[in-house]
Amino acid sequence: MAAPAKRVEQLDRVVIRFAGDSGDGMQLTGDRFTSETAQLGNDISTLPNFPAEIRAPAGTLPGVSSFQVHFADYDILTPGDSPNVLVAMNPAALKANLSELPAGADLIVNTDEFTKRNLAKVGYPSNPLEDGSLAEFSVHPVALTSMTVGALAGLGIAKKDAERAKNMFALGLLSWMYSRPFESTLRFLERKFAKRPELVEANKTAFRAGWNYGETTEAFSVRYEIKPAKMLPGTYRNITGNQALALGLVAAAVRSKLPLFLGAYPITPASDILHELSKHKRFGITTMQAEDEIAAIGAALGAAYGGALGVTTTSGPGVALKGETISLAIALELPLVIVDVQRAGPSTGMPTKTEQADLNMALYGRHGEAPLAVVAPKSPSDCFHAALEAARIALTYRTPVILLSDNYVANGSEPWLLPSVDELPDLSVSFATEPNSPDGKFLPYLRDPATMARPWAVPGTPGLEHRIGGLEKADKTGDISYDPENHDFMVRTRAARIEAIGVPDIDVEDPSEAARILVLGWGSTYGPIGAACRALRQRGLTIAQAHLRHLSPLPANLGEVLKSYEKVVIPEMNLGQLAHVIRARYLVDAVPFNQVSGLPFTAATLESMLEDVVKNG
Amino acid sequence: MASPTIPLKLTAKDFKSDQEVRWCPGCGDYAILAAVQGFMPELGIPRENIVFVSGIGCSSRFPYYMNTYGMHSIHGRAPAIATGLSASRPDLSVWVVTGDGDALSIGGNHLIHALRRNVNLKILLFNNRIYGLTKGQYSPTSELGKITKSTPAGSADSPFNPLSLALGAEATFVARTIDSDRKHLQSVLRAAAEHEGSAFVEIYQNCNIFNDGAFDLIKDAGSRDEHLIRLEQGQPITFGRENEWSVVHPEGSFGLRVQQGGTPLVHDATVEDPAYAFALSRLSGSDLNTTPIGVFRNVQRPSYDEIVRKQLVDARSQSTGTPEEMLNDLLGSGDTWTIL
Repeated sequence: MAAPAKRVEQLDRVVIRFAGDSGDGMQLTGDRFTSETAQLGNDISTLPNFPAEIRAPAGTLPGVSSFQVHFADYDILTPGDSPNVLVAMNPAALKANLSELPAGADLIVNTDEFTKRNLAKVGYPSNPLEDGSLAEFSVHPVALTSMTVGALAGLGIAKKDAERAKNMFALGLLSWMYSRPFESTLRFLERKFAKRPELVEANKTAFRAGWNYGETTEAFSVRYEIKPAKMLPGTYRNITGNQALALGLVAAAVRSKLPLFLGAYPITPASDILHELSKHKRFGITTMQAEDEIAAIGAALGAAYGGALGVTTTSGPGVALKGETISLAIALELPLVIVDVQRAGPSTGMPTKTEQADLNMALYGRHGEAPLAVVAPKSPSDCFHAALEAARIALTYRTPVILLSDNYVANGSEPWLLPSVDELPDLSVSFATEPNSPDGKFLPYLRDPATMARPWAVPGTPGLEHRIGGLEKADKTGDISYDPENHDFMVRTRAARIEAIGVPDIDVEDPSEAARILVLGWGSTYGPIGAACRALRQRGLTIAQAHLRHLSPLPANLGEVLKSYEKVVIPEMNLGQLAHVIRARYLVDAVPFNQVSGLPFTAATLESMLEDVVKNG
Repeated sequence: MASPTIPLKLTAKDFKSDQEVRWCPGCGDYAILAAVQGFMPELGIPRENIVFVSGIGCSSRFPYYMNTYGMHSIHGRAPAIATGLSASRPDLSVWVVTGDGDALSIGGNHLIHALRRNVNLKILLFNNRIYGLTKGQYSPTSELGKITKSTPAGSADSPFNPLSLALGAEATFVARTIDSDRKHLQSVLRAAAEHEGSAFVEIYQNCNIFNDGAFDLIKDAGSRDEHLIRLEQGQPITFGRENEWSVVHPEGSFGLRVQQGGTPLVHDATVEDPAYAFALSRLSGSDLNTTPIGVFRNVQRPSYDEIVRKQLVDARSQSTGTPEEMLNDLLGSGDTWTIL
């Protein structure tokens, strides 16, 4: 691969979307491009978008799978609103993505797939490559499949296998176009196809052919460079939210010195956390794929009763099923982490699409007065720290904690500055070992005055044998009690102990210190809200941003913060669930801004909404 | 976990908690509680290493009355909760107390999965064929046509045979006993406690308020000899006042039959094929006409706990370094890059 003889242009940011059939390997292609880009030191944010069907009928609109990567020479907050470059592997991929493509964007299409039959399958009456309908884009027609097959002709592999390597041809071409280092991809191919050396060669050859095609063809006259971003010094890796969340749980096990027990039932989009944790048994991590969602949390609670860090991971439908056991954990006052990777509901909804509509369920979705702590991560890498925080609260305050991730952060990725293990919070716990009452008895519901937590007295501890259960308990003794005053006291105590959980104050970002409008968010909307605020500030407007990590309890200074702004705007991917909480609790006339499309907010949507609020009040 | 420094000589009294027992006077649960408390010292396990986990229902009050560790959980979920406890704490002796509604209706799924996994649990199912705590609705073991508060025209549901169900899930230890026969009950508990893996014990238990006399046919001195079949390992399966009835396996038949005379089967609970124990379980239906009690099946296969534990131990022994070092390596695995 000789040095390019073509014009090189400098760019500060690019958004590329790889789109194809769900069998075309677009997620893999996007992943590899991301990894090459990370090696170069650009800041990155990615967003996969795939159908729930594993293999929808080939060439159809429901079968389109895509992967978007945004990379820049400065720090970015989102995977980008709309792509500058669309790679469309077939007519379905073109049709499904074209409406999001701005005029002037580069369009790389695999012409081999634009057959009469494939065009008809997605309802194109004529070939868009020929009928002038793509005139506003910069179209690069490339015979991806046939050139790949041609390049592999001498290798003696089956035509089907050769055709399958076309994604590597595309990756090679794009890697050339954006001057990406490719060594990691070649190494990756060697690992991936270690058992089939002929495929290693085929895929490497396809990749090189794509690269060389870019260099020699006249169809591509410009090559681009994007300089490394200025990022904090340290070692980085690219990580998805689900991976980061799993690693955060491993870290919580190490830092608490407890065995971790995960009970889980497979569910999109949370299953990857189960997959990841099941690989880390050496840390004393047991993963149980339970018979159902209820058993999954039941087993986790049983393990917590025995002194483990109990965790269950699921999505909204699973949380609904776990409700009764969460209530039991609240009554038993045992530590438990419940991870809800939210997806679009109600019911089965859209399992691979994102939403933030489980906040009400997390806060209120149980019978009786059943308060617990709720924590939400704001970005893929933040899932690591949010998981540690959920574990800290659960272990310190002996309560179930719901960790509200969502599909957007779970499957999105970004560079992660690796933390130093020694600097992670110390989560060590102390189990009760001795009776806690002057008369030598053990009182399982006698509380620690500092944390309001009851003792964690695990089976196997001599002299502390006791019984606990879901029936209302008498204060201190934990004996069954139907006493009205005791029940009133216990209900209020359970509420008070959640309110007393120590959570940090909320920070406000307002470089101007003169903003009148505050935009308040929680969870995965951090990226698009932040990007929108930056864009407004660059245009000379002032706006303040605050983002909630703790939804229960809320930060102590939140009321004061809210009241120091003329107007509070709350964008959410639901119909205003946090806005309701804020209005009810602080009597602040917060303005909800809602989108429930299964897709994350784009920065542009929020920018134009916030601009209107800033200018017109 | 800590163990006592002085070996304890425990008695039944040591297993009685300070809680007032609140079952209806005359309930069969009292006899079972006394039998269990009387048997516990035999286990030779310190009290603190014993845990009773229950669900919801009359029987599920049981843990409150045992001076061990105990959890009165939620309806049907005890086997799931106990699975997490047992799998993560191999040093504990974990007992599940449940009823016919708790185990076979709302918690049916957890029961069969605990049994197929062979979790190291001792599951005591108190079967009184009625819902007691909710005041007298039919249960999944009530006979077809049963008239109750919720079925004034008779139940339209066919009942489960709990032992057939457990055997269908390939439970490794399956037994049946009766609340009023303390000696037999304790002998079954003994065998269950010795079994490594899931032990499923159905205990016929009289609810004297809502289903009184349900098991009289096999309890009353006047009728029991004609209807009760006592299974003894290595002994011919015969019953009757004069031992005139035999359980035989007719040639060409899948099942067993009760007949006068003939060559009785010799009972062997260790037969690998669950079909044998299943055939035994089919001898009795709702009518109790020929009801075997004792240990139906007692076979060995690795417990879930053992397999899970081994995976953890193997993974740890194949890795080096402190947990912090391993975590550091894990966080930095994959493609990383460094910015100076």
